Formats: sequence, structure tokens, C-alpha cells
Amino acid sequence: MSNIYKALQERILVLDGAMGTMLQAYKFTEEDFRGDRFKDYPTPLQGNNDLLSITQPEAIKTIHGKYFEAGADIIETNTFSGTTIAMADYQMEDLVYELNYQSAKIAKEVANEFTAKEPHKPRFVAGSIGPTNRTASMSPDVNDPGYRAVTFDELRIAYKQQVEALVDGGVDLLLVETVFDTLNAKAALFAIEEVKDERSIEIPTMLSGTITDASGRTLSGQTAEAFLISVSHIPLLTVGFNCALGANLLQPHLEAIANKTDFGISAHPNAGLPNAFGEYDETPEEMGEQIEEYLKKDLINIIGGCCGTSPDHIRVIANIAAKYKPRQHSEHILEKH
Amino acid sequence: MKIKQTKYMRLSGLEPLILNENSNFINIGERTNVAGSRKFLRLIKEEKFDEALDIARHQVDGGAQIVDINMDDGLIDGKESMVRFLNLIAAEPDICRVPMMIDSSKWEIIEAGLQVVQGKCVVNSISLKEGEEKFIWEAKQIKRYGAAVIVMAFDEVGQADNYERRIEIAQRSYDVLVNKVGFPSEDIIFDLNIFPVATGMDEHRKNAIDFIEATRWVRENLENVSVSGGVSNVSFSFRGNNGVREAMHSVFLYYAIQAGMNMGIVNPALLEVYDDIPKDLLEHVEDVILDRREDATERLLDFAETVKGSKKEKTVDLSWRENPLQDRITHALVKGIDAFIIEDIEQARQAAAAPIEVIEGNLMTGMNVVGDLFGAGKMFLPQVVKSARVMKKAVGYLNPFIEAEKGDKQEPVGKILMATVKGDVHDIGKNIVSVVLACNNYEIVDLGVMVPPEKIIQTAIEERVDAIGLSGLITPSLDEMVYLAKEMQRQNFELPLLIGGATTSKAHTAVKIDTQYKNAVVHVNDASRAVTVVGDLLNRKTSNQYVADLKKNYDEFRTKFLKRGKEKSYISIDEARNRKYKIDWETSEIVKPRELGIQTLEQLSLKELLPFIDWSPFFRSWDLHGKFPAILTDEVVGEQASIMYEEALAMIDEIIAKQLLKPKAIFGLFEANSINEDDISVQKKGKEVAIFRTLRQQLKKREGIPNHALADFIAPKETGKTDYMGAFCVGIFGAQELADSYRAKEDDYNGIMAQAIADRFAEAFAEYLHKQIRTKHWGYASDETLSNDDLIKESYKGIRPAPGYPACPDHLEKETIWDLLDVEAQIGVKLTESLAMWPAAAVSGYYFGNKEAKYFGLGKITDDQITDYSERKGIKKEKARKWLHPNIADQ
Repeated sequence: MSNIYKALQERILVLDGAMGTMLQAYKFTEEDFRGDRFKDYPTPLQGNNDLLSITQPEAIKTIHGKYFEAGADIIETNTFSGTTIAMADYQMEDLVYELNYQSAKIAKEVANEFTAKEPHKPRFVAGSIGPTNRTASMSPDVNDPGYRAVTFDELRIAYKQQVEALVDGGVDLLLVETVFDTLNAKAALFAIEEVKDERSIEIPTMLSGTITDASGRTLSGQTAEAFLISVSHIPLLTVGFNCALGANLLQPHLEAIANKTDFGISAHPNAGLPNAFGEYDETPEEMGEQIEEYLKKDLINIIGGCCGTSPDHIRVIANIAAKYKPRQHSEHILEKH
Repeated sequence: MKIKQTKYMRLSGLEPLILNENSNFINIGERTNVAGSRKFLRLIKEEKFDEALDIARHQVDGGAQIVDINMDDGLIDGKESMVRFLNLIAAEPDICRVPMMIDSSKWEIIEAGLQVVQGKCVVNSISLKEGEEKFIWEAKQIKRYGAAVIVMAFDEVGQADNYERRIEIAQRSYDVLVNKVGFPSEDIIFDLNIFPVATGMDEHRKNAIDFIEATRWVRENLENVSVSGGVSNVSFSFRGNNGVREAMHSVFLYYAIQAGMNMGIVNPALLEVYDDIPKDLLEHVEDVILDRREDATERLLDFAETVKGSKKEKTVDLSWRENPLQDRITHALVKGIDAFIIEDIEQARQAAAAPIEVIEGNLMTGMNVVGDLFGAGKMFLPQVVKSARVMKKAVGYLNPFIEAEKGDKQEPVGKILMATVKGDVHDIGKNIVSVVLACNNYEIVDLGVMVPPEKIIQTAIEERVDAIGLSGLITPSLDEMVYLAKEMQRQNFELPLLIGGATTSKAHTAVKIDTQYKNAVVHVNDASRAVTVVGDLLNRKTSNQYVADLKKNYDEFRTKFLKRGKEKSYISIDEARNRKYKIDWETSEIVKPRELGIQTLEQLSLKELLPFIDWSPFFRSWDLHGKFPAILTDEVVGEQASIMYEEALAMIDEIIAKQLLKPKAIFGLFEANSINEDDISVQKKGKEVAIFRTLRQQLKKREGIPNHALADFIAPKETGKTDYMGAFCVGIFGAQELADSYRAKEDDYNGIMAQAIADRFAEAFAEYLHKQIRTKHWGYASDETLSNDDLIKESYKGIRPAPGYPACPDHLEKETIWDLLDVEAQIGVKLTESLAMWPAAAVSGYYFGNKEAKYFGLGKITDDQITDYSERKGIKKEKARKWLHPNIADQ
């Protein structure tokens, strides 16, 4: 079994930064996305970043390596959209198993290289499980609030397939992230429990929600604490928030849940808020300062970056994280009683 | 007693519900249960889900902390109804903020419910009734779905009906759940079966006390669990005698809660306060609940004969007429009832030393109550306007007496000048504010509409007013307000200036008006704020500080606003044209109108327009916010909105019967091509008869997002294809006269109502006409079938943008429409110098029929387009700047 629990006791673990932002720099063309194998594929494939694990694996490995070099303990597989539901846009539902398996495999190869070089600092791979592009508890049709574009069972089946492939590919843990609809997350957790049960395995699971605006609610309307309660029925490695906000705006929401759970707490905020052109321009130092506030307040067990963050951001964050002790979560709760 | 508890249940809807050692009894709403509520069953059967939602909402508003939903009925599809209802609840934040309780005896319904709720629910219920295996399997699933569970005291043998069986089943269920399933003990709730007492059967005598004692045992022995139950069962044998039932529920809960029952299904309407139960009734009820006497049941039955129904039963009556005079006057003012006011005022007059005292004493006392209630948000605008109607009626009656005595006139607290600025004709908002201020004893000098600035200045000086209020609805009015502020500054005015109206904003007031005038300028867009703002401004003691704070606030707001504006960037008009919205004219379908040319429409009955009315803005004009028809049942404003709606319908009936309003319309359909990128050449048989000038968005956008202009929706001349477009104007005549006739009768309320209705008819007419155009005169959508809702949501093909609105903010283009259609001569709708339409209830615009045509907002444009536009249009650049002023980017 993974020794991530041990590492988590000893130090704050650092998660990697954005994959998409790094891939943009390659300026891959439609042809690059297709590679040889998909050159005659019937749909446009540019933008299907998950596919690059198959058609441009060296680029993906290079990015993983850069994040490990920058000091990350955990990298995420390139599988944010790796479900049949999200892949339907590209008519690539049949490719979902292979995408997840390959992404896990190449990420694990890079992790193993680094662990071999620095055995005192084992590196981990988290299987990234995105929210899909559908919401189970909201209607996309304003005229029919009772309509749903996806059901719990459809999500559960899709997530189960992704989880099985990620586990087969060798991930050390799972990360259900960018949860904007708690019901989607509950379907993912349900699927994970099924896989654990059927295979009689344990697999640490991180769960990370998204607070979309200053009202402090998820897109599906829950407060941070209501979200926490809704996902606490499954033993989680960590619960936390990512995306949508910069580090400083995320802090109150982390505080809202930190002393109400005995799970670990994770955060991977964006590099600030996007500017008028949709770009993130917060520097590593600016972001680092804000993250240091989390650590001073003893809020964090796992810290990383989301949209707009680069290896430079992660390097700064890793250096700061090394100076602080991880949040002692189980004791937090015990004190309360 | 010692409750065993180290962990507490946590549930969630959109918000958390957390039990702790200090938690009060958790109240579960039960009216959304087809087994318990006939009304709810009927609504679900008839698929009236909107009304069913109201029941759920009503419960949450009434204090239910969890909503129990049950669809177990042989005549409905329970699974489908459960899913449908929960999905609908998920779209109602004021309901789904609390956790749901999914209640069914069928597992498939429970599971379907668990699959559609994001929060942590409660399942109601599971039990050992069908054996341990099924119990374990269901519990495991519930845990995986992340819900708490109610466990019924029921096993393979049957339902627990005494103390021993209750604790036996509870203990066994607990052990299985905690040890075999790993179910969190704090998520277990026992329902220990509440059965009726006082049934006359001996074996039922201990039903209540056994439940209470079993509850005590469970809370002392089974760590972390909760105990629940349906309370009304206990009083089942006293159906029909709510007085006794209320007392029984209270007594039962009083003892059960002490024993550790911490949640339950209780109808709050059937609950008496324990301490308020009469001592003799209390004794009889306690004897029954606690089984204290052999003959307890007989004694309570006998006693019950003397207990008259519930105290809470309400009767509709005129009992307020029996109250003292002042109470009656206050009541009439607060409720807006004018039926008895003359009679009461006459009585007051006879009692008073001078008639003026009735106004200063009786009426002002009542109006102060109205003011307080309004200020506290306990009365709504339409009610206040009705109060004013009663007030005016009373004052109107007293005036001849006052004059006869040549007594002093009542001294108002201040005098306010109100005016709609030059060129603008819209005055509903201004009239409402005037009435509200008048209610609060301000004297109003109302100069009406289209008031030139010189007249405002002159009247302000002559009448020695204390404040000036300006209103405007169309964008050129903003400049008029700026001009007036400048004039007031130049003439060294010190009066406060109030700004209001649909087009005004705090931002415009702060940036453009406040800077022109050194004294107070306040944006008041909400009639309910007007009284406090004016009160603060005119209060001699505090106004200096208030004005200083105000100035500072606007200064800060301005600084923030201007900073924010700078982040946007714009592209040149040439670049914007390169990024125009491109329709593929080779394939795009162009439909030739069936009837080219101009037509008028004057013989239409208002009846035809009724289905096209969009009511939501009607309520908004009265500061009642919400969507129609939901607003009629809204918890806060619903009652008031329903009254207004009834009254509006009654007035519409009268308007139709007496033909008090007359709709007229003119429209034309023409050949058209876009030319020179942004212009549209309108032709009759190939000969150009008009050119519409359109404006193009210049905001820098992401790659692939076009910069729209309306001309993009018309085929360019170069394509060689003939395309088409239209123009129209509709007007509702007679509203002003109708409103004036009400005002002449001191009835401002109906005066404002008449104007608001005319506005709705004008919008409905535009919607009706557009439909006629689409399906008949142009005919590109002859097979269209859309409901009024769809129309309001604009789900149809083609658009009808209006000059002065976001897609084409230049009001000057109305002149082109007027020339093209000869609007004024044909139907009589005029344009003012600010290009507002008169009568005010009017709509004009263009028709675009291409299916890719859509509404957009122009946003800000830059100097290069102004230059280009003024050259194309052949007007001075200064003129173009003046009219496009609100759309020019600050650079």
C-alpha cells in the first residue's frame, strides 16, 4: 500500500500546477493533436488535451518532470476529461480506458524515475477525475428546471470505468476535483467505493470542490460546510477546494471547513483571477505570499496550483511549504470534544 | 438522564443542519406526503408541481428544518413523481436549503430519490421487517449514497407496540448497523412508533408512556443515535377537536423531549404552548398521556365536550369597526380601506375643536403607523399608495370645513418639486415617489412631464421648495439631468437634487451629475427609499453630516467605478468590421415577405392583446419583485401582488368594456441590403427609400467571437441577393386622459395603475404584432406555435430591436423610421425633442427575420466610429457625440 499516509504525517505535500497552461505553450496544431494514429479521425481533435497522452506522450512526460523538478510530491494524470461523458464531444468514448491507462502509466514512469533518484522523497501519482461537462443536480434548460442532462447512474458508470483504468495504470491515489455539482462528486465516490469493494483494495482519495464566486457557494448552490457534509460519508485522504479563485479568495472557504473535518485539507487555487483577456498574471511570488497565509494559519496538508500556475509557481510554493508543519487534523477534531 | 453522545448527526441541503448538545427539537415538515395530505396527493395526481412546490416552500418558511417527501400511492408512479419533485425542488433555493427526507416503503423509490439530491438526506425508512439480509444490503447502499437513516421499530415478528419490544428491536438494529454495516451511529434515527391513546381500548393506554420510556432507554444506551416520530398519531381519537389535540401534542412532546426525542413530525398549526394550556385541561390530558388514572380516558372525553375548538380558528369579520375611533382610522389607513373613512372622519371632526386637528391628529397618527410599517418592510408600495388614497379622500372631505373656518393650512414638513425632464414622457416612477412622499406629509409640486430646465429652476425659486426630484426613462434624459445640475450650480442653488428613473444609475449620478453640483445629489431608484433619503436631507440637525457623508460616498464610488472601467480595451472600427458576424449568404435562407409595403392596424381589440401581456414588469413598476405568476404566491409579496393583479384585471375589464384605451400600429416590410459594412439600404422595388445606420461593437473579444452590428443580419449588396427587413411603431392612446380622470378624483393609485396597464398593453401589442409579422405578413415562421412564456423568453426566430435600446442605442434612428413609415401622420405617435415617443405607452423598432439574427448589446464604442458614423449619417460629430454619449468609451 502506498506510503502517502506516512509522508502526509511528516510534511505538507505539494501537488503540481496546471497542465493546460503548460500545454498551451507548445501551440499544438490539429495535426499534432491527431498524430499518425488519428489522422483520419472524423471529428476535430484540437483541444482534446487528454488525447495528448497518446499522441504527444513526450510533452506530457516533460511537463510532469518539470513539476517534480520544481518540488512537487504529487502529480496529476492528464485525465481531467477522461470519461465517456466528457469524451463524447470528440466521439472518443471508446478510447476512455486507453487514455486513462496510458496517462497513468506515463505519469507513474516519471514518478518512479524521481523516486529512484531521491528515495527520501517518494513521488506520487494522483489520478485526476474531472467533473465532466454535465451537472446531475441542475437543469441546462431554463424552461424545464426538472430536466437533467445526465443521471447519477450514467455518471457512476462513466466514473467507474475511469477509476478502473487509472488504477490499472498504476496511480497511487485518486483526485476527484473541480467539483461544481456535489451530486456528480457523490456519483464518483460511489463508483470508487464499488471498485474498492469489488477488488478488495484501498485507494486514498482526495476530493476537491470549487467555489465559484464570492458568495461562498458551489455552482450547485451549497455552502462550503454543506458541501463538506455531503461528501463526508466516504473516508477521504483530503477534502478541499481548487480552481475558480485565487489563493487569497479561497482562504475563507478553507477556514470554513478546516476545523469541521478530521480529513486532511487540500487546496490548489488558480494564479489569481483572470484578467480581461482571460489570462492569469499572478506571479509565483505573489501567489506564494498568499499561500503562506494558509500555512501560517495551519490550514493545509496538501497544497498545489490550478489554472495559470507553472513549475515556477510550484517551486515557490514548495519552498514555502517546506518551512511549515502539516495541519494536525485528527487532533483538531479531538480538541473539540 | 444521561444521554450517550460523542458524535452528532450532520445533514445538508444547500446549507448545513448540524445537531449538537444545544440543538433544539428538529421539526420535520410532513405536508409533502401523499399519505398525509389530500391536497398534496391531488396536486401530484394532477401534475400541478408548481403548487406542490409551494407547499414545500410554505413548510420551510414556517420553520420545517427537514422536508419529508412521500409519494407512496397506488394511483401515481411513485418513483417518477419522487424524482420529478426532488429535481424541481433542487431548482428552488429557498426550499432545498434544508435537507430532504426521502420517505417511502419501496426501496426503488428511496434509491431513485437518493440519486437526485446533492445534499446529505435522511432515508425514511428501513427496518428488520423483511429480515437481516435485506436490512444490511439497504443500509450499505444508503451509506454509500451518503445519507442518514430512520429505522422503524419493526422486525420479522411485527411492529413494536410495547416498551420491551421497542428496546429489543432498537438494540438489535443498532448492533447490525454499527457492527455489520459500519454505519455511522450518529446517522441512525429510531422511529419508535407513536400510537394513539384514549381509544377506549385498554391495551392502548400505555402507548404514549411506553414510547416516552423507550425513547429514554434508547438515548441512554445506544450511543449517538436520534429518536423521531409522527406526533399527531397520539391524538388520533380526538379528530375534530383541535383544542384537545393541540394540548395532547404539547403534553406528549413536553415529556418525550425530556426523555430524549430530538426530532419529529409535528404540525406547528396544531400545537399549543405548554404553559398556555388551561390547568384543568392540562391535568386531564396528562392523566391520559402518562396513564395516571384508570378512568383517564373517560374523564378526558367528558371534559373534551366543554373544550371549544382551537383558539387559532380565524373568522373574517368587521370587528375592527367596534374599536375606538383612532384605531378605526389607523386600521383604515394601514389596510387601505376607504369604505368607512368619511363616516369616521365626520365623527372625528365633530369631536375636534377645529377640522385641521383631524388631519394633524387622527390622520397623521395613522399615517405615522403606515410610515413605520413601510420603513420596516412590513408594508409594500401598492399598499402605501392605497393608504394615500384613503388619506386623500379624508382630506378632500375635510377641506371645505377647513376653508369655511379660514383656519390655518396644515404645515407640511417640506416641499418637493418633482419633474420628468425635458423630452421625456415617462412618469410612473415619479408619480409613485410623489405619492409616497405626500403620504409622509411632504407637499409635492409636480410639474409633470417634458419639463424644460428653466421652468424647473424658476418654479423651485418661486415656490421655495426644499428639494428637487428629477425623473427620466430614456438615455437623453441623463444629459438633461446633468444640464440641470450645472444650472443649479451656476445659480448658486443649495437644494438637494434627487435623481431617479429606469435609465439612471448610481454610477451615472456619481460620475456625471454629482461632479457638476457642489450640494447634495442622491440617486433614489426605489420609492421605498425616497422617504428616508428626503427625511435625512431635510433634517436641519443632521443634514450637514448626511450630505457630507453622501458626497464622500459618491466620491469613493466614482473613484472605484472609473478605475474599473479602464481595464477594457477596444479595437478600431476597421478591425471590428473585419470581425463582423458572418452569415453564409450562399446557404442562408431568405424569405420574401408575403406583403411588402406599409400597413396600419387600428381596428384591433385590446382583448386580442391580453394573452401577450408580460406581467412581471408590471409588478416591478410597483417595487414588487418576482416573476409572474410565481409572484402571486410569493411568501413576502404574494398577497399584495395577488390583490394588485385582481385590481389590474378589473381595470382592464373596464378599459375594454368602455374602450378607454385605443391601440394603433403601423408597420412596413421592405427590400433591403447592407451597404458599406454597417448601413442598411431600404428599398421599394429596387429604389432606395431610406438608410438605417447601425453601430458596431468595438470591445476587444476573444478570438472567434464576432463584433456585432445589426447590418450583419442583412445580406450585403455584393451578394447580389435581395434581402428584407421591416420597421414598426405601436402606441396605446388614452392612458394620460384615463390617469388624469382618476387623479381628478384624488385617486393616484388608480392613476398610476392606468399608466402601468397602458405600458403593458404597448409591450403586448409589440409582441402581438411581431407574431403577426412572423406568421402572416412576412410569413417566414408560418408554422410557429409558441406560448406566451416562449414569447416573453423570446424563443422565436428573428428579432425586433428598438432604437434607444442596447443593440442600437442611437435614438436618432427613430427619425428614420418616422420618415419611412410616416408614423406621426398615419397613427399619431409623436417624437419629442429628446426622441421619446408620445403617447408614452409606445414601442417602435426594426424587424430582422434571418434565423441567425439575435439580440446583443453594443457596449462602448470609440472615437473613430463616432467620426465615421457622423460622416455616414451626415450630422455634425458633436451631435453624434451628444446622442451616443452613454456608449462612448472613456479614453
